[in-house]
Amino acid sequence: MRPENEARVFFTAVSENESFARLFAAGFFSQLDPTVSEITDIKTAVSEAVTNAIIHGYERREGMVELYCAYQERKVYIEVADQGRGIEDVAQAREPLYTSKPELERSGMGFTIMETFMENMRVESVVGEGTRVYMEKTLSEE
Amino acid sequence: MELRFTKRNQTLIAHISGEIDHHTSGELRLKIDRALEQISGKNIIFCFREVTFMDSSGIGMMIGRYKQIQSLGGRVAIACASPKVADIIALSGLGRLLPDYDELKAALAYVEGREAE
Repeated sequence: MRPENEARVFFTAVSENESFARLFAAGFFSQLDPTVSEITDIKTAVSEAVTNAIIHGYERREGMVELYCAYQERKVYIEVADQGRGIEDVAQAREPLYTSKPELERSGMGFTIMETFMENMRVESVVGEGTRVYMEKTLSEE
Repeated sequence: MELRFTKRNQTLIAHISGEIDHHTSGELRLKIDRALEQISGKNIIFCFREVTFMDSSGIGMMIGRYKQIQSLGGRVAIACASPKVADIIALSGLGRLLPDYDELKAALAYVEGREAE
């Protein structure tokens, strides 16, 4: 079943586009009149997923990131995907404070923040093919 | 993201405004490190009063500065974080290393070792 409203954007995997991705998601979901706190949760989760795609998926090589936003009534769906290197051990990557790139001063909190700020988060990853993160959140009633 | 510095004794106060993400945290790191060296500083306060957004890249940047300051025997604190930024700090456990104060004055008292004031 198709959601009542959806939007999809593809953009170059460069850090300049992290703020663009946040604004895209915030703009799309503003149609649901979310609270300031809800919109900040969404922006933060999107920022984490997109940053992971850029830093870990493509390791700063060329590539495109896909951001999909949709909603059905008050339920928000977000997907962030890359066609980068993939994650060998998703369970380990999801552990709080685990980072494969401590030399870049990464905190290892990305997945934990996505899990905390959204309601559901699922990661599908195939080594050599890429990663897709699915997130859902139900917004409070208007 | 914009950044300006003030200094008090050996404490560098980094007044950050705008958004802290992976893109802007690299620039923050460079400028803060350079400013700390210039003033021969020992402590850092991150003033978040005008920060409108921060993700985990900000946590990584602050942990990096904390490690440096620790080797100098100094202290690091955060001042005026918004509730959402405070949530991210709490989630990461960073608050145990870098206490988060509602007022710059209290953060200064902490880094200068005058907690009881």
